[in-house]
Amino acid sequence: MDLPNPNVHDPKVGLTERDVILRSASSLPPPPERRLTSVAKLIDVSKCIGCKACQSACLEWNNMREEVGVNTGVYDNPDLTPNMFTLMRFTEWVNPDSGDLEWLIRKDGCMHCEDPGCLKACPAPGAIVQYSNGIVDFVHENCIGCGYCVKGCPFNIPRISKVDHKAYKCTLCSDRVAVGQGPACAKACPTQCISFGTKEEMLKQAEGRITDLKSRGFANAGVYDPPGVRGTHVIYVLHHADKPEIYAGLPNNPRISPLVDLWKGGAKYAGMAVIVITAAFGLLHHLVSGPNRVKPEDEENAKKLANTKGRSA
Amino acid sequence: MKFQPYQPYDVMPGDKVNPGDPVTVDRYTAGARINHWITAASLVLLALSGLALFHPSLFFLTALFGGGDFTRFVHPWIGVVLFFGFFGLLLRFWRANLWEGADNTWLARISDVLRDKEERLPEVGKYNAGQKMVFWSMSALILVLITSGIVIWDRYFSEVFSVEQQRVAVLVHAVAAVVMISIWIVHVYAAIWVRGTIGAMTRGYVTGGWAWRHHRKWLRELVSGGRRS
Repeated sequence: MDLPNPNVHDPKVGLTERDVILRSASSLPPPPERRLTSVAKLIDVSKCIGCKACQSACLEWNNMREEVGVNTGVYDNPDLTPNMFTLMRFTEWVNPDSGDLEWLIRKDGCMHCEDPGCLKACPAPGAIVQYSNGIVDFVHENCIGCGYCVKGCPFNIPRISKVDHKAYKCTLCSDRVAVGQGPACAKACPTQCISFGTKEEMLKQAEGRITDLKSRGFANAGVYDPPGVRGTHVIYVLHHADKPEIYAGLPNNPRISPLVDLWKGGAKYAGMAVIVITAAFGLLHHLVSGPNRVKPEDEENAKKLANTKGRSA
Repeated sequence: MKFQPYQPYDVMPGDKVNPGDPVTVDRYTAGARINHWITAASLVLLALSGLALFHPSLFFLTALFGGGDFTRFVHPWIGVVLFFGFFGLLLRFWRANLWEGADNTWLARISDVLRDKEERLPEVGKYNAGQKMVFWSMSALILVLITSGIVIWDRYFSEVFSVEQQRVAVLVHAVAAVVMISIWIVHVYAAIWVRGTIGAMTRGYVTGGWAWRHHRKWLRELVSGGRRS
């Protein structure tokens, strides 16, 4: 299938403050007057050749540079970094059914969850936003570098820069999408393993690919659009969708950690309540029982004790 | 063997009765007071900066610290100051805060304490059971807070601890901080409610009447000059 270049002559899409549907550490913004179409990036793992063109395109578009590393005998670059928002992860896996060695290559990066854990954990108002098209974006001027987003993320994606102490991750090229372009990685992919469009289109395209994979013996081929985070705006086609964890630890049924839920849910409200109740108890006690004052007879008794017994001792 | 005069466990260096009219009792040395106020100031700053990052509606408190970035930067360092500050207090006060049998009686009659019926309570040494509980729970909580705080100190320890460990730590840190702030409220309220107390930590002494009313056993020990009263 040939994907046309997105239309650049009608850049009315925009991604502005009015398209924000979720804002970290803030009350819900008013419902937007327009809702953008839900978008998605589809990564068809079965078509990936591991060329890393997506990684290069990502660095290029975001004007980032990685230090040249050392080859340790594997294809993998070490990890996602504050500069490197996407990364090929290579796994050699022996299929127990066929005995075949399968080379699994997964493009890792932000999944743009519908229920974003990073945004839930973030304490800085407006440092993380979600647009109505599904893109979850970090707003760096509001970021304070606390690293709470790292704890909130079920996919271990955000990285904190040691240079400016801000959190970085894939933006789904929100700046390109805003003017009707697809993400840089999708543009660069030579096998169209990465494609970009509306989520509906991408799911339909994934379905076609899954039918094809199944016809070629991959009985468990399927789409990875995990419901635990209410779906994602980066979705995979996996030949072994029943075992996502074999793809370099892609989480099986990811969700926001219950610890984070408790911390940002119950603990937040119960904690404030406990503090307020303690203070209120003090105030009430003082109003009802008044100050506990030393009486003149206490001073007399002390005088008797200290001035007689004290001297003779 | 040289004769050692009996020293009650709750008499600290510098505690002294000054006979006269009125009687005054030295309760805290200048060193202890400076130590206390360094710790107290750190605790207040920690509570303000911590609450700012705990509840979104308190994020405005970061303005007191020059913005969110600086709040995030300075909070752990104040925590280090508090840790060492409180460690000083622990070394000074731990002995006088040892639990004894009479403390159970005092605690069982907590309603008499709150109703200001001190004549129904056992005579109290340098610290009553409530003060001892504040002291020991503060000690335990500071240990929990510094430990969990280091785990979530992203700037230096993000690569030392796993994300799952950090999730546990961030929850433990929040819960411990809430308990600590509540205990701090109790501590401050008790000092305000029991009039004549704050002078002990500012000028270092209390009146004889205050000691008679609230810490009679300690007063008797001081008057009898270290002998069993």
